[in-house]
Amino acid sequence: MDQTTRESPARDEPGHTLTTGAWPPGLTRVPYWVYRDEAVARAEQARIFEGPAWHFLCLEIDVPEVGDYRTTMLGAMPVVVARAETGEIVAFENRCAHRGALICLDDGGRVKDFHCVYHAWRYDLRGNLTSIAFRRGVNGQGGMPADFDMARHGPRKLRVTVVCGLVFGTLSEETPSFEAYVGADVMARLRRVLHKKLEVIGRFTQELPCNWKLYMENVRDTYHASLLHTFFTTFRITRLSQGGGVMVSPNGVAHASTTLAAAIAPDSAYAGIRSDNQGLQLREPGFMQSVQEFNDNITLQILSVYPGFILQQIHNALAVRQIVPLSVDRMDLNWTYLGFADDTPELRAMRLKQGNLAGPAGFVSMEDGAVGGFVQRGIAAAEQEQAVVEMGGGSAETAETRATEASVRGFWKAWRAQMGV
Amino acid sequence: MTEIATLNARCAQALDSDRLEDWPNFFMERCLYRITTADNHARGYQAGLIYADSRAMLADRVTALREANIYERQRYRHILGMPLVDAGPDGSMAVETSFAVIRTMRDGQMIVFAAGIYLDRVSRDSDGTLRYAERIVVCDSQRIDTLLAIPL
Repeated sequence: MDQTTRESPARDEPGHTLTTGAWPPGLTRVPYWVYRDEAVARAEQARIFEGPAWHFLCLEIDVPEVGDYRTTMLGAMPVVVARAETGEIVAFENRCAHRGALICLDDGGRVKDFHCVYHAWRYDLRGNLTSIAFRRGVNGQGGMPADFDMARHGPRKLRVTVVCGLVFGTLSEETPSFEAYVGADVMARLRRVLHKKLEVIGRFTQELPCNWKLYMENVRDTYHASLLHTFFTTFRITRLSQGGGVMVSPNGVAHASTTLAAAIAPDSAYAGIRSDNQGLQLREPGFMQSVQEFNDNITLQILSVYPGFILQQIHNALAVRQIVPLSVDRMDLNWTYLGFADDTPELRAMRLKQGNLAGPAGFVSMEDGAVGGFVQRGIAAAEQEQAVVEMGGGSAETAETRATEASVRGFWKAWRAQMGV
Repeated sequence: MTEIATLNARCAQALDSDRLEDWPNFFMERCLYRITTADNHARGYQAGLIYADSRAMLADRVTALREANIYERQRYRHILGMPLVDAGPDGSMAVETSFAVIRTMRDGQMIVFAAGIYLDRVSRDSDGTLRYAERIVVCDSQRIDTLLAIPL
């Protein structure tokens, strides 16, 4: 191999082997270098975020009219989502074809077309380069060469699909249809919640001091919820001894965990465990008052689509979350709190109060903001060591219990398939 | 004005000195306390990071922080601006006060955790004590580092 051409590759090469460490056989061990290695993070950008996966970009209602746009991220890549003249939603890299500056500088807005502020190169709503300032020069001097082909220069364009009011995008032609990617079972769970027109009721960003994978594992970890989050357990929002289960798509890409309405009888499954704090009394537990709005007895459903999308239904508190990696040990979690456009004032008031359960200050979720950081700091010198993910055995299949790490193993199944590890 | 500034300072003091149990008493029994951001506020989005419509809900937040929630040891330092006081509805006062909160973690790491304005409605309770009937905490940034445990 010619060493001079292999030094410091600017991009990850497909087929290039990640040699940081070996992967133990099976799905029950995760080596800690996956959370710390810069080369892994670069490869993830190429193979996952720009690879054959669907990535949540924004909501359909974020771009309701022609010319509306919203900026978002595809891993490290800045992206513009826009409503084109035809009414179709399109997405392209937020990078001018000239010098690489951002084309859009704000979170969103409404425009006739796009132009880069640096040298005024213009783009249509689909991200096609349409004009170059002083292309013919001034007074017959300067300008671009006559054969410069604008059609061959432009930001990279994404394939876009709109599902249940959610806009997903992918850069790869190989990505299967969204329904095939997620699988029929989890699709039904997605449709169960997102069945009519949404309305945004709040947006927040939580910056987490951990590798993005630690957060997604936490989301898919049905084992921890009632142990780490005392609130869940004591008030019987979810206990592993309640009915429910976890669904994992065959390719590991999607998961949905569910909790059924609480059992009336007291149970002793949690006797002696810290999170079962029977002495905890609230003065106004009525803030958790909820209604069954989905015509079933599922009180809690957490759904994820690999690599970075989460849909949350905790009673009537609805939200979508988007994972954006910032570096090997930092990530943004973008929260969009949701209601439906036809909410009654009473239902909306319930959503606002139940909003206390989730989010960066959520009674049952604030710990999730910190626990990934506890792992990140704990493994600082453990690159030769590995995590144990063996609850419920070694498979990554749908289970009738949540006392399992099947869904976490499903995440690694999908990750390793894409990363070639 | 001095009375309002004192109310603000006493409330911040309770939070900064870990007297969280005293904090709900700065509010009316029926009140609104909400933490939001400038963007959310401008768009009229109603959801809050914390949303409480009674003193009891604020007390519950404190109970949860003491008994249920897990977070690393930390403290806040509130720096308060001069309150701007205008007449509000029903004899109340509409008050706007700038704040900054520096968060210090167990290991000594300090960051500007939040900065923004308190949009308050202050009234006199039946016993003559000034309390918040409404406190909308409008953070300038939509970004929260790690988690928000202690109220702002």
